[in-house]
Amino acid sequence: MSTSSLSRRGFLKRTAAVAGAAAAPTIGFAGSHSPLTVGFIYVGPKDDFGYNQAHAEGAAAVKAMEGVVVVEEENVAETIDVQKSMESMINFDEAKLLFPTSFGYFNPHVLEVAPKHPDVRFQHAAGLWTEGMPTNVGSYFGYIGMGQYLNGITAGHATKTKKIGFVAAKPIPQVLLNINSFLLGARQVDPEITCQVIFTGEWSLAVKEAEATNALADAGCDVITCHVDGPKVVMETAAGRDCFVCGYHANQSPLAPEKYLTGAEWNWAGVYTGMVQTVLDGGTIDNFVRGGLADGFIKMSPLGPAVSDASRAQFEAVKAEIMAGGFTAIKGPLKDNTGKVIAAEGEGFAEDDIALESMDYLVEGVIGSTS
Amino acid sequence: MTLSSTAERTTTARPGLGLAGLARRSEAVLLPIGALLVGFALFSLFLLVQGKSPTDFFALVYRAGFGTAFSWENTLSRTAPLLLAALCVALPARLGLVVIGGEGAIVLGGVGAGYAGVLLSGTSAFIALPIMLLIAMGIGALWIGAVGALRHYRGVNETIASLLMAYIAIALMNHLVEGPLRDPASLNKPSTAPLDEALRVGNVPGWDVHWGLAFGVIACLLMWVLIEKTTWGFAAQIAGGNARAAQVQGLPVGKLIIGFAALGGALAGLAGFFEVAAVHGSANGSLASGYGYTGILIAFLARHNPLAIIPVAVLLAGFEASSGLVQRRMDLPDATVLVLQGFVFVAILMSETLYGRFKIFTPERWRSA
Amino acid sequence: MDTELGYSIIPLAILGGAIRVSTPFLFVSLGEALTERSGRINLGLEGTLVFGAMSGYAVAYLTNSPWLGVGAAMICGALFGLIHGVICSLPRVNDIAVGIAMMILGMGLAFYFGKPYVQPVAPDLPAIGFGWWSDIPQVRAALEVNVLFLIGAVLAVVLWWMLRSTRIGLILRVVGDSTDAARAMGLRPAVVRTCATAVGGAFAGVGGAYLSLYYPGSWNEGISSGQGLMAVALVIFARWNPLACFGAALLFGGAGALGPVLQSVGISEGYYLFFAAPYVLTLGVLIATSSPTRAMTGAPGELSITK
Repeated sequence: MSTSSLSRRGFLKRTAAVAGAAAAPTIGFAGSHSPLTVGFIYVGPKDDFGYNQAHAEGAAAVKAMEGVVVVEEENVAETIDVQKSMESMINFDEAKLLFPTSFGYFNPHVLEVAPKHPDVRFQHAAGLWTEGMPTNVGSYFGYIGMGQYLNGITAGHATKTKKIGFVAAKPIPQVLLNINSFLLGARQVDPEITCQVIFTGEWSLAVKEAEATNALADAGCDVITCHVDGPKVVMETAAGRDCFVCGYHANQSPLAPEKYLTGAEWNWAGVYTGMVQTVLDGGTIDNFVRGGLADGFIKMSPLGPAVSDASRAQFEAVKAEIMAGGFTAIKGPLKDNTGKVIAAEGEGFAEDDIALESMDYLVEGVIGSTS
Repeated sequence: MTLSSTAERTTTARPGLGLAGLARRSEAVLLPIGALLVGFALFSLFLLVQGKSPTDFFALVYRAGFGTAFSWENTLSRTAPLLLAALCVALPARLGLVVIGGEGAIVLGGVGAGYAGVLLSGTSAFIALPIMLLIAMGIGALWIGAVGALRHYRGVNETIASLLMAYIAIALMNHLVEGPLRDPASLNKPSTAPLDEALRVGNVPGWDVHWGLAFGVIACLLMWVLIEKTTWGFAAQIAGGNARAAQVQGLPVGKLIIGFAALGGALAGLAGFFEVAAVHGSANGSLASGYGYTGILIAFLARHNPLAIIPVAVLLAGFEASSGLVQRRMDLPDATVLVLQGFVFVAILMSETLYGRFKIFTPERWRSA
Repeated sequence: MDTELGYSIIPLAILGGAIRVSTPFLFVSLGEALTERSGRINLGLEGTLVFGAMSGYAVAYLTNSPWLGVGAAMICGALFGLIHGVICSLPRVNDIAVGIAMMILGMGLAFYFGKPYVQPVAPDLPAIGFGWWSDIPQVRAALEVNVLFLIGAVLAVVLWWMLRSTRIGLILRVVGDSTDAARAMGLRPAVVRTCATAVGGAFAGVGGAYLSLYYPGSWNEGISSGQGLMAVALVIFARWNPLACFGAALLFGGAGALGPVLQSVGISEGYYLFFAAPYVLTLGVLIATSSPTRAMTGAPGELSITK
């Protein structure tokens, strides 16, 4: 817990310093030594309106930096493929900083390759770096669950049926936290609201995502969000069923302008340029980096036209609280949907609590199960 | 045009010795190579139309697939599962069966090996690894053997049955690794518990390529011997040519069908074992990564000859190994190598029609000139 | 109005799912049934379907007309079928293998040229609401029927009739059953098969356009989860009968809806197993209806995959 917030602060300080340096004309380092090659690896296509696009937008920002060459590969499977893609970037492009961005790249693939290349830095999204793992590996991620909490607030105001829906890929901690946060946000508006979840079982499976969305609409859900790699299908299908939608990963408002309430988006551009600048300056990135809305790791899509004034006011108020840092969405008294106590009155898990990253429950009010 | 006619042709036109034999043998090598070049030429046109340089492209493919020690390691690492997956198609094909569901045997074999490894945690590798390996092969053999049995006893078409069973196997695998067999500590990627370090299969000495490659090559050699040099293989060829005639001659057609299908499945299961023990260190959803489907193509390109599977698999793996560098250097989409494969494979398959058309390869026609 | 429907939602969702999901299976399997009746198999329809989805979406976006998109997908599909047909007419070329290679080529080309069309939004195909009589929104949604589905249903009947009762149908069947007999009748089997393969490809292209232009209604590289390959398998399941193809597609689509809807009524454990329902069901029916004595009733005699 403390390490994460400490490292975040350390990281932010450096990012701030670096931002200053970047603003000043580059006199010193430019041209003096060979450029830094940075490699990005995506598990899907980099224009998927979702997870991979968010990372690719970050990569595009890095590309614009001076003294940096960016190399990218998309559709790289979480098999020996990613190991060889990383090594290929190291061998042929002399990459010194790699961003393998998919959850499943971390263990064993990044952990396998990193010790063989001690002079290369491996920055993995969402991995849980712990003491004893290779020191040239770092993991970073953002508290996007708080974005889903804010999504939930707009959903709570928009729903008439008091039932909201969530299309989820797999029951892993990040996804469960998003589902729980979405419902808890909505329950800030009305504690009677329930959230129906449907797991599709895959990160990207268009027809099943559409079927899941239809099943949610059939079950009476009138606000729908999701956690799959590319939310395009869910957004379009839900809007077609006259449901409101909340976005995820990237801004999907162009897909359903009238129905889009808001969305929890990644903001990798700032994070990536900060990390790359740290390496350019000869510094070391912390092995464990996390950040939230306050740290610029995530952002919210602009509120859509269907968001009421009351909704907007509550959204802004809670957002301000989150911006203050250390926000606690998962707090007691709270039970999971099997009746087990998660947190007693007065207890809670702040957004930077590492315990949230091993979440294995759905809170009371979520209809669905974790396996 | 059919499997059976391919089998007949190979049996009737066995290359002999001497110059005539050499001529016949070289036909089987030179024609595909010629076709490969035609495929390259067609793809070059495709690139030229879009203003991209074919010479740059092929230089990159060569460099990333075969040009350096790392490139070879990259290519050969990808080859390993393809060899075994292709055998799962080639063996039943000897009996005229088109099995396209080897993927199912791979994923379930992998789950079996992974879970066995969890149960055997703490045991010596000398005991645990063979057990894991046998379990993976056993599950694979059961899965594809069942396809053979359904075909023989119920007349169920093996192509559709194996495909359906592959989808069922993948669902079962996902259910198991995310449900009953999931290690609660596998957070972001649901998996079975990690194997002990001692139960991980390492690399071939001196190479960054795991032992799966050696097993794959040996399997290809053994299967070639089985098919070409044993009575079983001969009986299978006869049964594949004409099942009814074989039955009349007293050949155990049912046993042959189920046996060859099961053997193919066992080898696909072996591929699953290596994915778990050598690559992932646990069983998880990445076991379903399409090797089974790539194997179909390799087997058909190799005309179901286990020896020919080796170079075809290496070639295909080399293409895939080069995909990344092509993306990075030429700013071409990742699908470029897929297009290249399409052109090359269509060309090679078309070249089958040319067998016997060139006089130089057909000694019988030398005199009539 | 938005009443809880409880478990009665399950049959409704299966009906809706059958109508929504079945169309690609229907078109691909109808096309493949024609092709296979002529004695040729085209395993490459998965590639054709994906290319159809891409080209249909691209043209619909560029022209702002979904029907032009369907037309483009049809032409592209016919082209793929024609190439497959011509290549397989060469002596000794294996149609199963060429099909797999064409599948890779089709998918490769679709992904290659499809990159610029992932982001734009193309207009959708229209649907007809047959649920106007009902006040329940779920019923109305389930009965939103796309025009292509209706065309497919009509086509199934027409093809069934054509194969049974017309000269073209007779020619197809003769060519499919015996090359020699066809030659003796003065037919040219290679030409007939090539035409049948081209038509089959066109159908598969339309199936792809349905995916990208109606349901799920967008183009991306994961748009097809093997529908093309599965549909080819369904033809064997349907014993080369177009009417049975229609039934098989409905069964498959309906069973596919089971996984999501069971979760939505609270039966949520083991959802992967529910997702396998279409495959288990199809396999079960296949085993039940097969028999070792009449192994492949209705199978065209010249078909390589069932020989």
